Amino acid sequence: MQVRLVLVALRKHRLSAFLLAMQVCLSCAVFCNASLLIAQRYKAMHLNSGIDESSLAVVKLSGIDPDRVADVNARALDAIRRVPGVTAASVVSEVPFGDSPARGGVTLDAEHHQSAGVIDFYMGDRQAIGSLGLHLVAGSLPGPDDYAPITDFVPSNPPVLITRVLAEHFWPGENPLGKRFWGMETSFTVVGVIDHLSVATPGGGEAKDPDWSVFVPTQPGPKLLGTYLLKADPARLGQVAAEAVRAAQAAIPDAVVDVDRSATLPELRHRYFESTRVMIGLLFAVIVTLLGTTALGIVGLASFWVAQRKRHVGTRRALGATSRDIFRYFQIENALIVGGGVLAGLVLAYVVNQQLMQRYEIPRLPVRYVGLAAVSLLVLGQLAVFVPARRAAAISPMEAVRQG
Amino acid sequence: MTTLAVMRLLSADPLPGRSQHIFYPQVDVNPDSKGREPLDVMDYKTAFDLWSAKRASQQALVASYHAKLRAPESTLPPMMVSVTSTTADFFAMFAVPFQYGRAWSADDDAARARGIVISSELNRKIFGGANSVGRSLRIGDADLRIVGVLAPWRPSPLYYKVRGGRFSSGDTAYLYSKVDDVFMPFSSSLDVSKGSFEPFTCWGTIATPGDLVASPCAWLALWVRLDDQAAVDRYRAFLQGYADQQRLAGRIKFSDNVRLRNLVEWLDFNQVVPSDVKLQTLLAFAFLLICISNVVGLLLAKFMRYGAEIGLRRALGATRRDILMQCLSEAATIGALGGGGGLVLTLCGLALVRRQQVEYADLAHLDVTTLLITMGLSVAASLLAGVIPAVRASLTPTALQLKLI
Repeated sequence: MQVRLVLVALRKHRLSAFLLAMQVCLSCAVFCNASLLIAQRYKAMHLNSGIDESSLAVVKLSGIDPDRVADVNARALDAIRRVPGVTAASVVSEVPFGDSPARGGVTLDAEHHQSAGVIDFYMGDRQAIGSLGLHLVAGSLPGPDDYAPITDFVPSNPPVLITRVLAEHFWPGENPLGKRFWGMETSFTVVGVIDHLSVATPGGGEAKDPDWSVFVPTQPGPKLLGTYLLKADPARLGQVAAEAVRAAQAAIPDAVVDVDRSATLPELRHRYFESTRVMIGLLFAVIVTLLGTTALGIVGLASFWVAQRKRHVGTRRALGATSRDIFRYFQIENALIVGGGVLAGLVLAYVVNQQLMQRYEIPRLPVRYVGLAAVSLLVLGQLAVFVPARRAAAISPMEAVRQG
Repeated sequence: MTTLAVMRLLSADPLPGRSQHIFYPQVDVNPDSKGREPLDVMDYKTAFDLWSAKRASQQALVASYHAKLRAPESTLPPMMVSVTSTTADFFAMFAVPFQYGRAWSADDDAARARGIVISSELNRKIFGGANSVGRSLRIGDADLRIVGVLAPWRPSPLYYKVRGGRFSSGDTAYLYSKVDDVFMPFSSSLDVSKGSFEPFTCWGTIATPGDLVASPCAWLALWVRLDDQAAVDRYRAFLQGYADQQRLAGRIKFSDNVRLRNLVEWLDFNQVVPSDVKLQTLLAFAFLLICISNVVGLLLAKFMRYGAEIGLRRALGATRRDILMQCLSEAATIGALGGGGGLVLTLCGLALVRRQQVEYADLAHLDVTTLLITMGLSVAASLLAGVIPAVRASLTPTALQLKLI
């Protein structure tokens, strides 16, 4: 009964009702997709790198002539280990959130027919696995004799540790231990499986999953030089790291400290996700302002309608409608308009999602986001209309008729 | 407006008036190629052959790397600098501005001369901005004499180094980094910093580590200037001819896989504008649309409330046009006011962008065109929003309105 009444009345305000619905529709589409983007970026930001970040720092020296300085690694490591607070130090090719380590396409056959993807190759000396805190889940760690010098890009035919995700990608459902893959002019044999080890630039490179990396045991030398990983108590890490940088610089005076890349892992991670954080903040601000604007629009228009329909309300009241009826009338009206907008918005949300899927690597919009958006907007609509509707309900029949 | 300003800064033609004459030739040099898109750069032989053929009015080889630099005449510790090794035409072709001195000549290229050009930033850092032409810097073991100092130069993006953008999943802010510190003749670079060049990609083992000249690696870019369509056609034919010839020699597999994109096409192909910035712009426009529909609703309400007043004015002889104009000018005023407020917000927004740690942060500023566009946009938006309510208000019959009084 009430609904039909509302619909008849709405016919007189086609334009404003349509505009309001349009606005709700747009808000709904943006809301759905923006929250999807936020969730996606939040997930990316809380990626498990697989290493013991809170107690690690990197000292990076560059500008070392590999031919001239044979014992740079030893001198630098020695200097770093002498710094009070350093519990371990090792030579590595790179760490997550730093520059890229060796990266290359690999195949599952020696003839390079069966391409398996582009992955990161981390290299490190005997202390590296322990310092990084890599977590072995199957197989064994490389033995002391497995650490060989780099020939071209990596050691020749080395045993490697592979992440669980990558093993499953290469050989679904099979035991990866003892299996081989080929790339960078050499063949790699899997000796152990580790829980996680993220690529150096998650989300930025060609790897389809952040865990597409392997660890290659490597002997330090002219080609594995200049990047040192140190471990210290998390509480004093920053201070210890700064001292280690000074110590390394003093030990190798003709090297140039790479100031940007010499940092603690928490710092590197923070910097790496800087733009992600900015974007999340921005998307969040957009959602909030969007809902605010929509709510303001509803309040404004509803107030105007109430004012315009004073006589109409008064007449209805005089004819026996209770103030509750009037209140409910405006609520139903709002629910109808917002509901219509939401319905159209859902369609638009999926259209926008389609477009975004083509341009950015984002997944299909899950139904729960749509549900969340619909419920939020309906609730928001009801809240926004509350004050104007109460004002309408408070109109006394006498007053309305007199004014009219 | 902020996002629009950033978007415009990042997507603008970096060499207006010139970019359509500058081309980036590509040949599919990978012998293992599957016939897809050729690599972003070329191997030494291909690039050098094309460059030495001198089939364009200007041409420049470009390769970049990092090197340790010492300034013997200062007390500064050694530092890592980015070096672009290129050939003489580079500066004239890209209209690079000089503050002191000049570029080196083609003869210097041939003579493997040890003259370099440095950026204004490096000049400021080492020589405090003074004229440093004639002084020398040390890179590796070589003493290099400064022949020229650039005036401040900030191309956006750093187009001569753009490559690999399509592999970065939209994370392309790095393409907007600052210009290199040192420019060195390519021939001298081969002598001075042979082992420092970084390959873009390799399809085989490097025989002598660091020596990319004879390596199966792609690492060298070529830029050419072609002044008219005839020249472009001729060059395309030359490029095709070269590739065919190399296929017969067995060095290239897919000789039809050549490209000749102009500067802007090359930037587009590399999707240089970071996807985050595009997304922000998209969001901003969605937001604008929502605001417009909101304003329409509110103006509708506002003008309807004027019903009686409008009726009176109509009765006193005002035409519908007058009413329309009154409503529209009111809407435009609101728009202009909003635009003014928006301008303040834009400046704040850009200040925020500048504080971000992204490569293009220092580029964020408001230019006059963007200012005019955004002001125009805001007035246009409110006018657009005002049209429907204004038309409705002006269409109300006089009698009906008067009755309401």
